[in-house]
Amino acid sequence: MSFFGLDCVKKKEKETERKIRANDREHNLSFKYATNAIKTSKYNVLTFLPLNLFEQFQRIANAYFLCLLVLQVIPAISSLSWFTTVVPLALVLSITAVKDAIDDLVTLCLSSSHPLSPSLAVSFTLALCFCLSLCCPLGEVCCEPPNNRLDRFVGTLVWRGQKHPLDNHCVLLRGCTLRNTDWCFGLVLFAGPETKLMQNCGKSSFKRTSIDRLMNVLVLFIFGFLVFMCIILAVGHGIWEHYEGTKVMAFVPQQNEDTAFSSFLTFWSYIIILNTVVPISLYVSMEVIRLGNSYYINWDRLMFHTGSGTAAEARTTTLNEELGQIRYVFSDKTGTLTQNIMCFHKCSINGKDMMMVDFSFNSLADPRFQFYDNNLLEAVKLETLEVHSFFRLLAICHTVMAEEKNNGLYLVYQAQSPDEGALVTAARNFGFVFRLRTPESVCVVEMGVPRTYELLAILDFNNVRKRMSVIVRSPEGKLALYCKGADTIIYKRLHESCSKLMEVTTEHLNEFAGEGLRTLVLAYKDLDEEYFSEWKQRHHQASTALEGREDKLNQLYEEIEKDLLLIGATAIEDKLQDGVSQTIEQLAKADIKIWVLTGDKQETAENIGYSCNLLREEMDDIFIVAADSPEEVRQELRCVEWCEAYERDVQVTERWHGTEIKGLLILGIIFAYALEGSMELEFLRTACMCKTVICCRVTPMQKAQVVELVKKYKQAVTLAIGDGANDVSMIKAAHIGVGISGQEGMQAVLSSDFSFAQFRYLQRLLLVHGRWSYLRMCKFLRYFFYKNFTFTFVHFWFAFFCGFSAQTVYDETFIALYNLMYTALPVLGMGLFDQDVSDGWSLEYPQLYEPGQRSLYFSKGAFIKCALHSCYSSLVLFFVPYAAVRDSVSTDGHDIADHQSFALLTQTCLTVTVYLSYWTAVNHLFVWGSLGMYFLVTFTMQSDGLHRLYASSFPFVGTARNSLDQVTVWLTVLLTAVLCVLPVVVHRFLFMQLNPTINDKVRLKVHQMKAQPPPPRRRARIRRSSTRRSGYAFSHAYGYGDLVTSKRFLRRPVPSRSAGSTPAGRSAAFRPAGRSAGYSPSGQEQNPKQATEPTELQRYRAVHDATFCRQGVAPE
Amino acid sequence: MAKNQVGAGPFARRPDNSAFKQQRLPAWSPSLTPHTVLSVFYGLSLICVLLGIWLLITVQNTYQLKVDYTNGSCKKCFEMRKYPANATKNCICTANFKVPKAFLGDVFFYYGLINFHQNLRRYMDSRDDAQLVGRKKSLKFPSTYCKPFAYDENGLPIAPCGAVANSKFNDSFRLVYHQLDGPAVTVPLHRRGITWYTDKNIKFHNPPTNTTLQEAFQGTAQPLYWQRPVYDLDPEDPNNNGFINDDLIVWMREAAFPNFKKLYGILNRAHALFSHGLPAGNYSIIITYNFPVQYFQGKKEVVVSTVTWFGGQNYFLPIAYLVSSGMTFIAAIVLTVIHVKVGRDGKNMEE
Repeated sequence: MSFFGLDCVKKKEKETERKIRANDREHNLSFKYATNAIKTSKYNVLTFLPLNLFEQFQRIANAYFLCLLVLQVIPAISSLSWFTTVVPLALVLSITAVKDAIDDLVTLCLSSSHPLSPSLAVSFTLALCFCLSLCCPLGEVCCEPPNNRLDRFVGTLVWRGQKHPLDNHCVLLRGCTLRNTDWCFGLVLFAGPETKLMQNCGKSSFKRTSIDRLMNVLVLFIFGFLVFMCIILAVGHGIWEHYEGTKVMAFVPQQNEDTAFSSFLTFWSYIIILNTVVPISLYVSMEVIRLGNSYYINWDRLMFHTGSGTAAEARTTTLNEELGQIRYVFSDKTGTLTQNIMCFHKCSINGKDMMMVDFSFNSLADPRFQFYDNNLLEAVKLETLEVHSFFRLLAICHTVMAEEKNNGLYLVYQAQSPDEGALVTAARNFGFVFRLRTPESVCVVEMGVPRTYELLAILDFNNVRKRMSVIVRSPEGKLALYCKGADTIIYKRLHESCSKLMEVTTEHLNEFAGEGLRTLVLAYKDLDEEYFSEWKQRHHQASTALEGREDKLNQLYEEIEKDLLLIGATAIEDKLQDGVSQTIEQLAKADIKIWVLTGDKQETAENIGYSCNLLREEMDDIFIVAADSPEEVRQELRCVEWCEAYERDVQVTERWHGTEIKGLLILGIIFAYALEGSMELEFLRTACMCKTVICCRVTPMQKAQVVELVKKYKQAVTLAIGDGANDVSMIKAAHIGVGISGQEGMQAVLSSDFSFAQFRYLQRLLLVHGRWSYLRMCKFLRYFFYKNFTFTFVHFWFAFFCGFSAQTVYDETFIALYNLMYTALPVLGMGLFDQDVSDGWSLEYPQLYEPGQRSLYFSKGAFIKCALHSCYSSLVLFFVPYAAVRDSVSTDGHDIADHQSFALLTQTCLTVTVYLSYWTAVNHLFVWGSLGMYFLVTFTMQSDGLHRLYASSFPFVGTARNSLDQVTVWLTVLLTAVLCVLPVVVHRFLFMQLNPTINDKVRLKVHQMKAQPPPPRRRARIRRSSTRRSGYAFSHAYGYGDLVTSKRFLRRPVPSRSAGSTPAGRSAAFRPAGRSAGYSPSGQEQNPKQATEPTELQRYRAVHDATFCRQGVAPE
Repeated sequence: MAKNQVGAGPFARRPDNSAFKQQRLPAWSPSLTPHTVLSVFYGLSLICVLLGIWLLITVQNTYQLKVDYTNGSCKKCFEMRKYPANATKNCICTANFKVPKAFLGDVFFYYGLINFHQNLRRYMDSRDDAQLVGRKKSLKFPSTYCKPFAYDENGLPIAPCGAVANSKFNDSFRLVYHQLDGPAVTVPLHRRGITWYTDKNIKFHNPPTNTTLQEAFQGTAQPLYWQRPVYDLDPEDPNNNGFINDDLIVWMREAAFPNFKKLYGILNRAHALFSHGLPAGNYSIIITYNFPVQYFQGKKEVVVSTVTWFGGQNYFLPIAYLVSSGMTFIAAIVLTVIHVKVGRDGKNMEE
């Protein structure tokens, strides 16, 4: 890859302009532009070994062991044979290498498996030119050199002497999907690594878990401790040499007379012996455990979504235990909490409310359509005027585009907002089928009769207007304005004659809103031909005005949209995903704070808050912070805080509930102020006091900023969950990013660490997988440190008996295999299979999650405890065998205090104790299997055959046979095991009795209800507030008005009056797919979620598009 | 990663429903219920106390006797060995002791060394197992670990090389029983069969030879401190020479701690006087005093001992078991009290 980098840099220096001729291969080849081959994998067969080894030795741990190895080769220092380090190191390196190789292969597969999934919208103007330039090779494109700016493109097309400007609208980026066309002509400008997509392939930030960070501190601490121990022993050696050592000189080969130098060498010798406190296999074991726990997530059937056929996926395999420590969840709304599927649910027509259910946006086909209100159907059939105009309005007044497939048998609507789609689909199902759209006309089949309305103007939607209108001429020649919009807005513009109808409709609206539906009021107005033509003229003037165009247009719209006649109202359900409110309740019980960050309006956000149980009726105060200036924001924040404080003082008794029962709604506008340095803390303090925080009208950048803010000041583990491209920044900023796969494009998923199809799987991810992963990792670490410290400290005690000569207690093969073979299975078994309680109970008691949030299972304190425990165990493990064999002999009279027998005895005691001390829940198989293996390997290592082969490497021949048939040995093993294990049991039992943790309680309960499955899950009741008023309809900012009228999207000539004016031939039209399209390179402000400032959008793009880098090969 | 089967509907990518993948493997998770914990504690305490008593009774029926001969009656030899110049001079002394009560059963004779660090790393490393197993090559070129005891001043390889072999204990003993009404009898000892079978037959081998052992060791030197070459260690039994000499093998099994004893011989109960063991009475040990201990302020002793079904006379295990039993019992009582006072009403267990 580095070659690539170099190449690019060089080229960039040279290349200032790129020239490409259509259909002129020789000419183009002469520039030596990059080919379309992309190498996303790191290694190939030849480079794998050297590159991988080089990388691995860059890791500090591996480098450390390499240094140890070097030390061991020095004869004066070497206290252990070289193979005690080489064997583990080789194994660790090879395991890591295999893992890297698999990762690399997976990367390779990935890049070919989702080639074109994300879709980008591209508008296209010069299709025709391209089309023609294909025929003659004269077309030449001059453009900018490759760069990573997705929103900008500058170039010119020279064709037949004419220059055509090329801008961002004219290029298709790598990874785009073509829509609304089956083919297109194109010219490849950049290929392979030079595509904008690949140029954007920044390295995403490397996430580490808090345990990782803690481990780094602990490892440093352990190093310190190791050096400390070695210094003590070296000093001990110096003293011993001084007083005793010189006297045994006659017997012992004394290599150096200088005591100080001898101590210095002993220091290093002990570094080698005691290095097992920082075991080489720790990191690789952690990785294996994380990998295993990630696979569990992938394998979980309960996180498999049948609807979309997607299983949950752990995309990052290094963050599992962090899932068990989440304190803040930042969630997107649309597509995450809601399905982003709108159902036309109810309507009120001319004062009569009708009900329709299950009019899902998806049920486009008539057979699947169900009706519930026969009255309505009757009314439609009876050709009631109001009902017809109601549906006609729905069929005409929108910016939806229709696409016919299979010769018109199958109609597909492509709506920019799901609301609109739902409305148009509803009209269609009631017999007002919107068929076709041209810039000047809308073709509708009304009760089987095709009618073409001339589209005279679209008064598009925006945030201020909160309504949209169309002006059409009916086939009969009548002019009419159809308008739909928010009730408050429309009501102001109604004709006086509607006042009675208004009252009735208002009642209905309240009713609808109370059910959490999104409402919309429809109105129309007949227009006077003369007035309109005069208005049209002014409109034309205004729309071409250079100054104050917006204001002028708004004035004109305002002028014509008045004295409207009310037709009725619609109610759309923004369907929550299954189990959202229940999940939120569960997470709340687990003390996870959920912040919803949405681009939606305040009302929407509030409504969703209520419908998914985030805001509840018992939260008597819901603070809404919406201010215009920094001072006001500060004041409002202070007010919330103050009220809080006040309340706490007053209701001391209810303090527990009083502190966190508030809901807080914050408007995005204030973020600009709140996120300014001075107010950050104030904002955070206020927000953290509230049970629920909903931030609305937030830009993607602000989402990330909020996450960063919490990360920075709360030192809490955060999780961000979202589905769209606008959540990418947040997903990347949070400790854990979760992408909802399925509905939207892949951006969120591609930049996420975990992905699944439904929000409700979050509770399983956190409360089951996260909790288990955390528990397992912590137990594993405690166990690991315990076993290694115990192992190592025995050497420390032995030093006092062997003249600090760096003599080992154990057999060298045992030292080499202890971590790798004898204890690997129990620790891995614990790290992979341990369950304190089953998943059902984990979900039943979300409180079980809390210890993880407070890092109770593994912290510095737990580590110290672990070290002290090891210290005690090692004392027992050294001194009990010492005392037992010191003056004793075997039953056949041989002395058993020889070093080899003692080594075997101690290591057997150690192994048994280590197996037994963390016996909880580790599978029998592993404990007994390992024990069996220990004896098997020991007997093998001390067998005659091996000794015959390598006499000096296996000096322990026969020790096992001669020692292990001694009763003393087994009595000693039993005694050490009892002495090591019992105090732990006493400690655990005492704590369980005196101060039981939630874990103990649940386990007791499980024990009591043994063999009984946990009680059926309580279904959370979805509470609907009766007083909530939802006044919104369009959740998105700008409509498609521009695009609809721009002639750009045209598909084919339409049999209408305007047919002649549309260009002949086919042109490509591209549809923005989903919300991700909002960030199209066109640079238009058609972000359907909300309007963001272009600069921010661009910055944001640069971030999120980096996720495409694994995509496949496509022409740009 | 989930299995990616191509095609076949929404269930195609559904993960397998195996107990392993769904984490439903049966896991034995013992919970510390008061019932189990307390019964285990009381049970263990009972087991330990029974074991402890049994071991104690057994140990009390064993006999052990230690005779320190470093100085005392051997003062003469002790002084003599202070000077390396006297190394070749023989010195014989006698130590007397009394057996108050007959040693019944098999009786073992050990020599013990106090404060001799056989467990120093450099000392322990200083041997060549390949040489001891009879490899010709190692005989000629001893391992570098043997330095500085690998070659003598003439450059001849030393066999057996290294510090361990060099410092071989070379006192010899003759035990004499002074009958009350009869002549002094030399106590017959088995001087063979005092090694592990594996050591004698696998770990130690003489270099292969067709003629004499001496020929096999041709071209090697004896260790510096030795008085006899390795092929002539036991003049009485030609089969007990070379690397497979029992005393050498016993010595080469280094002790783990600075105070240790090593087997010297086993009472031959074929003799009518000693068929039941060692009768009570007066004994003396006639010692060929060679091994110098004054350099390291060490001590030498002779240990006479009988063994039991679980080994030699060691009071540690029975006492440790009794103490453990006591502690377990106390812990059990404390836990019971706490459980009754605090835990049983389940107040703590309420959520």
